[in-house]
Amino acid sequence: MTKKLVVIGAGMASGRAIEHLIEADKDAYDITLFNGEPRGNYNRIMLSPVLSGEKSYEEIVTHDDQWYADNGVTCRFGEYITKIDRDRKVVTGTNGEVAYDKLVIATGSAPFIIPIPGKDLPGVIAYRDLEDTNAMIAASARSGAKAVVIGGGLLGLEAAAGLKARGMDVTVLHLMGHLMERQLDEAAGYLLRRALEDKGIEIKCQASTSEILGTDKVEGVKLEDGTILEADLVVMAVGIRPETRVAADAGLDVNRGIPVSDQMVTSDHDVLAVGECVEHNGALFGLVAPLYDQAKVVAKTLLEETAEFAPKEVATKLKVTGCDLFSAGDFAEGEGREDIVFRDPARGVYKRLVLEGNVLVGAVMYGDTADGNWFFGLIKDKTDISEMRDTLIFGPAYQGGASVDPMAAVAALPLDAEICGCNGVCKGQIVDAINAGATDLAAVKATTKASASCGTCTGLVEQVLATTLGDDFVMPAAQSVCGCTDLTHEDVRRLIKSKELKSQAAVWQELGWTTPNGCHTCRPAINYYLLADWPLEYQDDPQSRFVNERRHANIQKDGTYSVVPRMWGGMTTPDELRAIADAADKYNVPTVHVTGGQRIDLLGVKGEDLPSMWADLNAAGMVSGHAYSKGLRTVKTCVGKDHCRFGTQDSTGLGIKLEKHLWGSWSPHKLKLAVSGCPRNCAEATCKDIGVVCVDSGYEISVAGAAGMEVKQTELLCKTDSEEEAIEIISAFTQLYRENGKYLDRVFKWVAKVGLDWCIEQVVDDVENRKALAERFEISQSVYRDDPWAKLAKPKEAEQFSPLANLTLEAAE
Amino acid sequence: MSWLDIGSIDDIPVRGARVVKTALGCVAVFRTDENEVFATSDRCPHKGGPLSEGIVHGKKVTCPLHNWVFSLESGEAQGADEGQIATFSARVEGGRILLNAAEIEARTAA
Ligand code: SRM
Ligand SMILES: Cc1cc2nc3c(=O)[nH]c(=O)nc-3n(C[C@H](O)[C@H](O)[C@H](O)COP(=O)(O)OP(=O)(O)OC[C@H]3O[C@@H](n4cnc5c(N)ncnc54)[C@H](O)[C@@H]3O)c2cc1C
Ligand code: SF4
Ligand code: FES
Repeated sequence: MTKKLVVIGAGMASGRAIEHLIEADKDAYDITLFNGEPRGNYNRIMLSPVLSGEKSYEEIVTHDDQWYADNGVTCRFGEYITKIDRDRKVVTGTNGEVAYDKLVIATGSAPFIIPIPGKDLPGVIAYRDLEDTNAMIAASARSGAKAVVIGGGLLGLEAAAGLKARGMDVTVLHLMGHLMERQLDEAAGYLLRRALEDKGIEIKCQASTSEILGTDKVEGVKLEDGTILEADLVVMAVGIRPETRVAADAGLDVNRGIPVSDQMVTSDHDVLAVGECVEHNGALFGLVAPLYDQAKVVAKTLLEETAEFAPKEVATKLKVTGCDLFSAGDFAEGEGREDIVFRDPARGVYKRLVLEGNVLVGAVMYGDTADGNWFFGLIKDKTDISEMRDTLIFGPAYQGGASVDPMAAVAALPLDAEICGCNGVCKGQIVDAINAGATDLAAVKATTKASASCGTCTGLVEQVLATTLGDDFVMPAAQSVCGCTDLTHEDVRRLIKSKELKSQAAVWQELGWTTPNGCHTCRPAINYYLLADWPLEYQDDPQSRFVNERRHANIQKDGTYSVVPRMWGGMTTPDELRAIADAADKYNVPTVHVTGGQRIDLLGVKGEDLPSMWADLNAAGMVSGHAYSKGLRTVKTCVGKDHCRFGTQDSTGLGIKLEKHLWGSWSPHKLKLAVSGCPRNCAEATCKDIGVVCVDSGYEISVAGAAGMEVKQTELLCKTDSEEEAIEIISAFTQLYRENGKYLDRVFKWVAKVGLDWCIEQVVDDVENRKALAERFEISQSVYRDDPWAKLAKPKEAEQFSPLANLTLEAAE
Repeated sequence: MSWLDIGSIDDIPVRGARVVKTALGCVAVFRTDENEVFATSDRCPHKGGPLSEGIVHGKKVTCPLHNWVFSLESGEAQGADEGQIATFSARVEGGRILLNAAEIEARTAA
């Protein structure tokens, strides 16, 4: 008698398994196929093209009624299995029992729904089956409808792109810092984000959903930070969980998935499992390739042949038109790994290979994925790549001998080859210009415009110069930011503004950085440029700051820190002094020093004590003095008109106002001010970055002084008779420095480069420009005029200051 | 080999580090941009700078006191500087950071 096989779930995995079984031996089993969905097997991964309208449901059906009939499969579609009785060997469906000799569980996965208020409202759906897809298509039919997709992984982005293609307003909320973080590194995630934004999809990263709003249907989504987004449809695509309920109820072993042997057999030898519901050697599955391998093994095991399932590497592609990405293997975690990075900013191409010894273990690429499968093959086969290492990243076309000496390559270019994409300049024009006497980069730039725009072809132009002039040309060693790039600080600042680069990943990619994330020299500079140019969009990155600015205290040579609370304009009170004295006692501060900046420095504080010491000082009304920052330090004042017999204006008051206005702002280097009440200049205003000397008729503002390694007197910027205007001019000048200065140039060095006249033009003569600068300063200050100590003293942040673990306690036991 | 669970990977900022105290000194545990975890001695061989406070870039860290750069993988000083820091086995499993107990204790006993 033919044996009876029951299959639970007509999905992609069981579909394949049944095909293999029938192909091998059509009469081995009487097959009954149950499926919760009211239909047979279709190509689930093609739901995305159905959603976007590129395909119809009919086109993605893999097994139609005829196929099941021809192959004698009894179909019970639309019927859930609610129970498996392993003793009697029967399963119970909604319409009654069926007996089995062998059972295959192929129940797939269930979408994970975040347990937040409102998750059950009509209009909140997952993305798993045809019903979900049809619900999305229906929702998009109403004009002006808004969708929020929670989850920026593969599924969420395909849903978002599909909904957008159907004309909806779409916002994607993603919890992590960049999209598809499991498959992509930050640079590729950035390119993907840009491409999706170009399609009009709004993307919010680091967005945590706290609630879904609505009374009898969904109306909006509320984020943890309080933002509310309107929504007519919410798609949750935050992950999947193996659907194991029926297996667990039947008393089979179940971990995260249903554990199976290499033969795909569960803890009961008559019960097999296949697809996303299984767990094999601790691993779960979410892509079809390995499921197809499992399906082969299932068929063999059912036919009592030997076969073993061995998981292979998987590759991911996103099915969104215009977003060409590929990722395979493992590009994270693990020691002894090396990266090869290639970026072509003009084409928006990014490729990264991860090597372990002489073997390729991971690949991520965006923009040009043509070689993806070749790399994937190298990963799967663990090919020894030592021979082709230098040219590996260029793909298979470059393998097999061809030399890739860049000079030879440029020399070999035909005269009509384009060198400068921005200005459409070809090699021939550059050669002509050189022959006509343009023998250096600046001259070529001036006569042909080559490399005069984005600058990324500078290297190529220089190579053309070198090959044309031979020994007469010496490659210039341009003062680049550091070894990670050939660009100068000035180039980088200009490009960040003109190309609107708003994240570190954008800078690394668009400006062709040669390292994955910079180094200790460039990262603090880039972090500063980004926050200065995009105060609202860019979020300051503490990990790109020197320890003092990350810990908000000066590190000492023995690893302790110094704490300098702000004393506005050098003024203090008995209460503040008492609080400082108490803190010095409580935290055993060995040294208390009156600084040259008119305030008190508590030196020798243990790192672990900083947060609680700050909390104490905060409680007494004191905030960080930023004695560690490339930013506003102090505004020194003298006692002025209130007390001094020579005082002409309220120098102390103006100093305090200036300090309250400027504090917290970051700048290319530190910024020190002083206000003296008369030309006797007791506050030493004429050797500061910005100094004010009060006179009978008003205020003399001078800039670009120094009294450190160099000593230099300030130069007069302007005179004004109003305190208000003095503050506006100083804000505008500060902003001009912030927007244009090279990182680590003090004001006097920067002014020497741009010229004092230009500064006067910008902030004194051109009143409109001054107001615009002052306004931009104010916008930035709306974010940064804030006490970092108060923020870091909060319990969650304070943790960072203490050890992660203390093993000395255990060792002592 | 026995592994000590010392905390969650999320306790360390990306491109940052935290310290683990052991009987004979601090071990710095680094988390790179790619979520790899490395453990090394926290003490710079130059003048004892706390490496856990340095800037983490790629698989390297720069000492906060005088900018020596060390490979987190090999512990070797990079470029012209000469020096070596001890490295310890570390791995991440299910989001937890594990250190090799034997190595840490060997160091503790040394
Ligand atoms: C605490 C203080 C000395 C004191 O006890 O008086 C001080 C201490 C340091 N100064 Fe200063 N400077 C201090 C006032 C000054 C002054 C005087 C002033 O501000 O009126 C100057 C000259 C004025 C000037 O800046 O032009 C000054 C010029 C420097 C320089 C040279 C800057 C230059 O561009 O030439 C450095 C080095 C640097 O910044 O690269 C420096 C660097 C340092 C550092 C941060 C060295 C470091 O990187 O570790 C010292 C930190 C010690 C610590 O652990 O806290 N310090 N330093 C003063 C703090 C003022 C405050 O309340 O914030
Ligand atoms: C929109 C979308 C796009 C995707 N894109 C890709 C891609 O590009 N590449 C890729 O590799 N993978 C992709 N996937 C993942 C891929 O579809 C799955 O890995 C695959 O479908 C899993 O196959 P399965 O047979 O294990 O489960 P499924 O295909 O989910 O089938 C399980 C079936 O079992 C039924 N069932 C569950 N419980 C019961 C029960 N108790 N009784 C009866 N029936 C039950 C369910 O109704 C379902 O029909 C995508 C998935 C989705 C949703
Ligand atoms: S003068 Fe030199 S030694 Fe004195 S505080 Fe300033 S930097 Fe330190
Ligand atoms: S102590 Fe590390 S570089 Fe000097």
